[in-house]
Amino acid sequence: MNLKKTLLAAAVALTATGAQAATELTVYTALEADQLKSYAKAFESANPDVKIRWVRDSTGIITARLLAEKDNPQADAVLGLAATSLLVLKGEGMLQPYKPAGVEQLSTQFVDKDETPSWIGMDAWVASVCYNRIEAEKHDLPMPTSWKDLTKPVYQGHLVMPNPNSSGTGYLDVASWLQTFGEEDGWKFMDDLHQNIDRYTHSGSKPCKMAAAGETPIGISFAYRGAKLINKGAPIDLAFPSEGLGWDMEAAAIIKGSDKMDAAKTLMDWAVTKDANTLYNGSYAVVAMPGVAKPVPNYPSDIADRMIDNDFEWAAVNRSRILKEWQQRYDGKSEPKN
Amino acid sequence: MSNTLTIAARRSFDSESWLQRLVISLGVLFLLLALLAPLLTMLVKSLQNGAGEFIGLHNFIAYFDNPALTQSILNSITIALWTTFIVVSIAFVFAYALTRSGMAGKKTFRLVTMLPLFAPSLLPALSMIYLFGNQGILKDWLPVESIYGPVGIVIGLSFWAFPHALMILITAFSNSDARLYEAAKSMKTPPWRVFLTVTLPSVRYGLINTIFVIFTLTITDFGVAKVIGGQYNVLATDIYKQVVGQQNFQMGAVVSVVLLLPALISFAVERRVQRRQSALLTSRAVPLQPQKSPLRDALLTLFCALVCGFLLLVIGMAVYASFITFWPYNMELSLNNYRFDMMDGGGWASYFNSLQMSAWTAVIGTAVVFLVAYMNEKIKLMPFARRLLQLLAMLPMAVPGIVLGLAYIFFFNHPDNPMNGIYGTMAILVLNTVVHFYTVCHLTATTSLKQIDNEFEAVSASLKVPFYTTLRRVTLPLALPSVLDISVYLFVNAMTTVSAVVFLYSSDTTLASVAVMHMDEAGDIAPAAAMAVLLMLTSLVAKGLHWMISHQILQRTQRWRQR
Repeated sequence: MNLKKTLLAAAVALTATGAQAATELTVYTALEADQLKSYAKAFESANPDVKIRWVRDSTGIITARLLAEKDNPQADAVLGLAATSLLVLKGEGMLQPYKPAGVEQLSTQFVDKDETPSWIGMDAWVASVCYNRIEAEKHDLPMPTSWKDLTKPVYQGHLVMPNPNSSGTGYLDVASWLQTFGEEDGWKFMDDLHQNIDRYTHSGSKPCKMAAAGETPIGISFAYRGAKLINKGAPIDLAFPSEGLGWDMEAAAIIKGSDKMDAAKTLMDWAVTKDANTLYNGSYAVVAMPGVAKPVPNYPSDIADRMIDNDFEWAAVNRSRILKEWQQRYDGKSEPKN
Repeated sequence: MSNTLTIAARRSFDSESWLQRLVISLGVLFLLLALLAPLLTMLVKSLQNGAGEFIGLHNFIAYFDNPALTQSILNSITIALWTTFIVVSIAFVFAYALTRSGMAGKKTFRLVTMLPLFAPSLLPALSMIYLFGNQGILKDWLPVESIYGPVGIVIGLSFWAFPHALMILITAFSNSDARLYEAAKSMKTPPWRVFLTVTLPSVRYGLINTIFVIFTLTITDFGVAKVIGGQYNVLATDIYKQVVGQQNFQMGAVVSVVLLLPALISFAVERRVQRRQSALLTSRAVPLQPQKSPLRDALLTLFCALVCGFLLLVIGMAVYASFITFWPYNMELSLNNYRFDMMDGGGWASYFNSLQMSAWTAVIGTAVVFLVAYMNEKIKLMPFARRLLQLLAMLPMAVPGIVLGLAYIFFFNHPDNPMNGIYGTMAILVLNTVVHFYTVCHLTATTSLKQIDNEFEAVSASLKVPFYTTLRRVTLPLALPSVLDISVYLFVNAMTTVSAVVFLYSSDTTLASVAVMHMDEAGDIAPAAAMAVLLMLTSLVAKGLHWMISHQILQRTQRWRQR
């Protein structure tokens, strides 16, 4: 009798867990690989009925895949992708507008302007320059203090930067230079910079990692990666050019046509919470919810003031034109140096 | 009574021939759907705009108007020519030493030269960074300013392509006729003249064949150029950039067509040469016994030792670097770089996915290849379908992996394709890999089937034994060694390939070889080297197992061969 009861209870329990089996949500992301686990864990412990299945790649690649899969979407949601990319997707009619509960607590510039927003921002990632002390000394390279400094002949062959076609960090650099210096002077600046660039890398992290490994003394990258590598013991310092730092938002959105709309909305609701913003703050000094951010080690405290006044709409609308122009000018012109 | 028996027999025989027809048709259908249809879809895409409207040659005009892109054609050809020249020259001398000299240690040399076959092509490229990069241990030896560029690509590719060239040339050198040398000797012909008039002509087809094989292999390479190419663009990396960076699938298709052309031409020439070679050696030829010659053998030993030393240096460098904590500032040994879960590319899960994918590829691929080759070789029905099958089976050799991968996106991710359910699954990776490496497997199976007398089939048929029984009880056991060869070839290539699968994996099916590339892209060079080393080790273990099993089976089933 007792045994029967136990078996029955077990059966009930089994059915119950079966019924509660978590919904698996496919989320495309360009977050850094070392952030994925903590983000998924934080979300899933708050929402045990949804499980995140990450698809991670560089900004350019994830954007390309989303566009390629437009007619047969594989993603339910996007989290941690550049706002400029999400604006492109919005233009293609691929985003499902949704107003997450509590979205009004975010800074207005971190939320899509529409009545029912198509995307919400999470944090800002900011350009910076990684500078290897040891190698710089060997080659007699002064610490650059401005973007214009980097065009000086002394840096020739000692610079790497990300290719804006694949890297979101690369694109925010290019877009910011064009905004700061104006179209004409911006391209002129990049022409000069191109003379010094050893090569353009696929990802935005790589220039900083190369600087950290001494492979190339100076890498144009972003602050989070630099701070991380300094914590790891790399002999690098971060430089923040005086003309202002380009930046982009990491943002989240629901992909139109997802058959897991409830779970996707749960993710959006979570992405605007204070807990989530605190988590973003672990890597980024500027987050969407005002008053949450605490200083991040190895970041300058005034980084928000150093960021340029970024026009995302402009950066998104002109994205394909700028990338095409960039490719025409620098991608293939790069003759072998030897 | 006997009448009914005959009718029953004929009926079963008929249903058998229908089964055979069915299998041949399925074979043709398989290659049409998994190879030709995707390629044709890609061709159509290259004539369309982003919205899918037909725009004629507009994309091609745009391509040839862009000097940044067309430069890559020249770059690809330059790389392929240089690599072919270097690899074929070295492999020529090496093969000569192994087949025609009295040098000692041939087995060891041969073994070392096989090693690159088990490494992903990214491994030599990563080694180049540690050897000749800005923090490389041999940086000062590099005659040019930077390893990132054509020099790095050529060295990396040479490492990777070397065993392929060597294998063909060894075969060419082995087909020698000692009578010609005896005649030359009796006429007191000087050695250089013997070389020019006897040796060289006897290997000329093998040599031409090698040149085209290596040219095709290197002009289509993706992995090495991706890692060590720096700003030096080649066609294969352009396709990747167009698709993933520019989101321009049409232009990706255009570059693919441009890359497909030289590969197809080179391949067609190679096939023609191959066909002529067969008649070269008569049955009366006497195999040449290599003679000893101290000075020549000493020089050749030195040469082979240098080549093998270089191969081992490249592999050793990758292994060593994978254990360094933080190159070059903390040279302590640790296992930190093997913590793949903190890196891009999917972590350890990718490794187990690769194992799974390779196992499936080996099992399914071998079964499909062997069955199709068997039908093609032993069944005399449907001549037209079989000719088509033969042609389709040769085609994958000429299709660059990255082109096949892109073609698969176009074909299998099309919303109207009833098979689009396999997009993003393990199945599409297995299918793609089987097709990508189909040709060599098909040739291996066909060659071994040709060695088995067709009389077996004829006798079985006259005894009314169904063909599948003959296949199971006679043909398959006889061909077992080549079946095992095919399966290990597929396994190793599935473990190490990057180019074709780079567009096709999903987050549940990330692969270790692609992870190597992603880790390199993200700047994690040492972990990338670690994963590449792990892949090589796994392939070597598979090869070891294969050797043990073949050895056992050969002893048991192939005793008839040794008489």
